[in-house]
Amino acid sequence: MKRIFPLIAIGLLLGLPTLALAEDAPVSEISYVLNTFSFLVMGILVMWMAAGFGMLESGLVRSKNVATICLKNISLFGIAGILYYLVGYNLMYSGVDGGFMGSFGLWAADDAAALGGDYSGGYAAASDWFFQMVFCGAACSVVSGCVAERIKIWSFLAFCVILTGIIYPIQGSWAWGGGWLSEMGFLDFAGSTLVHSVGGWAALSGAIILGARKGKYGKNGRVNPLPGSNIPLATLGTFILWMGWYGFNGGSVLALGDAASAITMSNVMVNTNMAACGGMIAAMILVQILYKKVDVTMGLNGALAGLVAITAGPDTPSLGAATLIGAVGGVLVVLAVPFFDKLKIDDVVGALSVHLVGGIWGTLAVPFTNSDASFVTQFIGVAAIGAFVLVSTTIVWLALKYTVGIRVSEEEEYAGCDVSEIGLEAYPDFQRVSTGGGSGVAPNLGATAAHRVATDPVNQL
Amino acid sequence: MKKIECIIKPFKLDDVKSALTEKGITGMTVSEVRGFGRQKGHTELYRGAEYQIDFIPKVKLELVVPADRVSEVIEVVQKEAATGRIGDGKIFVLDVHESVRIRTGESGPESL
Repeated sequence: MKRIFPLIAIGLLLGLPTLALAEDAPVSEISYVLNTFSFLVMGILVMWMAAGFGMLESGLVRSKNVATICLKNISLFGIAGILYYLVGYNLMYSGVDGGFMGSFGLWAADDAAALGGDYSGGYAAASDWFFQMVFCGAACSVVSGCVAERIKIWSFLAFCVILTGIIYPIQGSWAWGGGWLSEMGFLDFAGSTLVHSVGGWAALSGAIILGARKGKYGKNGRVNPLPGSNIPLATLGTFILWMGWYGFNGGSVLALGDAASAITMSNVMVNTNMAACGGMIAAMILVQILYKKVDVTMGLNGALAGLVAITAGPDTPSLGAATLIGAVGGVLVVLAVPFFDKLKIDDVVGALSVHLVGGIWGTLAVPFTNSDASFVTQFIGVAAIGAFVLVSTTIVWLALKYTVGIRVSEEEEYAGCDVSEIGLEAYPDFQRVSTGGGSGVAPNLGATAAHRVATDPVNQL
Repeated sequence: MKKIECIIKPFKLDDVKSALTEKGITGMTVSEVRGFGRQKGHTELYRGAEYQIDFIPKVKLELVVPADRVSEVIEVVQKEAATGRIGDGKIFVLDVHESVRIRTGESGPESL
């Protein structure tokens, strides 16, 4: 008898699409399957963003720090997964009830109802855990790029334990967990604040307490660039992030079991794309105007800022509005990068400009296209979460700084974190002269000053 | 025997090497170096901050030849490596006291 239900459901969905839109219709097995499918596949795309962050950061740090960045990125993702199981998910979702946090306890899947034929839960429990866990990992990833090239790896990973286990889940419970912010009407569709700004605030407090890289800031406000080692990797990372964002925002529709969800998801993905386009083009144009040359890394940051900006509300804008929201994000990034340099806050990859600034703008922009949101409530959400994360992460950074220390020594920083911290180089074979036959030598030697393996224009000792 | 050290612009390496091998020069060593003479550096831009590149990439070509071939080599290198613009480079000539072929143990001009 059970087999008939899916057939009827499919028949209804195919033959009478309007019926599927009724919200109080019981969840059919096929809807349950599609919702679960959405969480799983979109979650996989979000997991892939970890690769995007890893490659973006690898490309924007100097060669002597690349292996360390790679290790940080993959290990923090492992930490996020474990902590979200041990503490995070339940702290974020279990029994929040309009309050300030959930409850402590290991998470385990409970699908008894669905296995008994009751699909009202909507989706398999583990698929929801999986989808939420990858978001936790994404929030943590934001921090690693900003504090790169001078942070001690184990101190950083200890920080990640607290961020993924306690700080992220608590603030997440306020909105997505059904806590006080959601009761107030605060809207953050996929996490401009809950994920991106949280990573941004944590990165901000870290960057300030850690201090800038040696040689980055000189006298009289001089800023010494420390160019990244691999532009193609940075570009690839950005493309991967862009692709993963379709899952990040698309999956946040939290359903795919009926036509309404499918339509929303389509609009969300298209708006996500438009915002990235707007952000990148706006950033490129502004950089060209301000500096007479287009810096590719600023263009990449612009696309990402557009993506962050639309993340708070990708469901309601038109394509044009989404493009504009992204474009403003791109403009803000171009202005924010030198602004942080002026404050001598050293952000290696532009994480603060992209995720913090972009995240705040995106959250505040939601009421422009969504009448369910209000500027006041959005602002309260931004401010409350900002204050909480800034204060709590400051405490953690300071605690680590005055116990185990968070910064490598000056000699270790000059030698590079790779040889100092992990004893392994990213490019151990890097030859400055090609050993290829014939006159294959000349094209390589004709390369421009982008070769900066063992020399550092500032630290020419 | 004399050692000739040439600092040239990197994209000229191919021309210089072809011309030298045509003249029967049988070996040379090349390295990537940076340097400046009267040629000024240039400015680059990264994420809104300008910086000056003073040391310009060059190629250093080293060859050891019998003393009677020195002027011939100098002429070839100068002809091939010149562009007429500042930064074309320099040629230096040094004395070489000894030369040994590792494989056979030969020394002196026969080892060149």
